[in-house]
Amino acid sequence: MNRDTALHRFLETDPKDVGCEQALEFLHAYVELVASDAAAQEHYPGIAVHLKACGPCSEDFDGLLAAITDPAP
Amino acid sequence: MELLDPDSAEWVRSLEGTEVAREAAKVRLHAMLLRIARSEVRRRTQPSQISGPELDDVAHQAAADAMVAIIAKVRQFRGDSRFTTWAYKFVIFEVSTKIGRHFWRNPTVPMDAEDWSRLPDRFGLDPACELEWRALVEELHRAVDEVLTDRQRQIFVAIVLNAVPLDALVLELGSNRNAIYKTLFDARRKLRIALVAKGVVDTESSERS
Ligand SMILES: [Zn+2]
Repeated sequence: MNRDTALHRFLETDPKDVGCEQALEFLHAYVELVASDAAAQEHYPGIAVHLKACGPCSEDFDGLLAAITDPAP
Repeated sequence: MELLDPDSAEWVRSLEGTEVAREAAKVRLHAMLLRIARSEVRRRTQPSQISGPELDDVAHQAAADAMVAIIAKVRQFRGDSRFTTWAYKFVIFEVSTKIGRHFWRNPTVPMDAEDWSRLPDRFGLDPACELEWRALVEELHRAVDEVLTDRQRQIFVAIVLNAVPLDALVLELGSNRNAIYKTLFDARRKLRIALVAKGVVDTESSERS
């Protein structure tokens, strides 16, 4: 059977996942590393893992990334 | 505190400076927050979900609440990003919370309805291949009954079966995102262990990047 469905991915948890509180605490520093291509995942591996698994935090991340990369009108 | 870039240093200096400097900085900050709030509300919603005046209302509230938080916490700014990035984070959080609240005005299903027929669709399991996944879904249902605590089960049902957004559930349960995420995280881990024991999920992880 297909072993890589969304259900399989949902069931998989990564012990490196830092949770929402820590991810959000450092989100501003993390997002700048991502925006400047500066090895964000190596600096904050637990945040990278968390954002892959947590819908609302990754939504906040996307919003923050858009805010710092979209030019002001 | 790390050495601040000139622009960030200027923000901190004015927000902690004389009344005149402070008021001028607040006006600038508010305009910035409002601009970010508007585009963030737009980014997160379909035009059909929210009217123009409503969008503007949410954006204004988010900017005002973020402003209060930023002023209260400006001393906690450590300089580990530009000041503006740090400040934007507050307004993004406010928009996020306010949109979570919006969900409960038009909920599609009650959060505790327990309709397992929705599960395959929620995970994009193809009905044409039901033979491949039926045993897995049946064992999952059994595991939810047998291994989850009442709280874990409540959160699993709301988020997984009923597609209640996590932030909306946070408001409904008067909890916080971290606690709900952690409860669901533990539930996911327990369910996987149970399903591995039943032989319907491999011990090997499906994907590791
Ligand atoms: Zn999260």
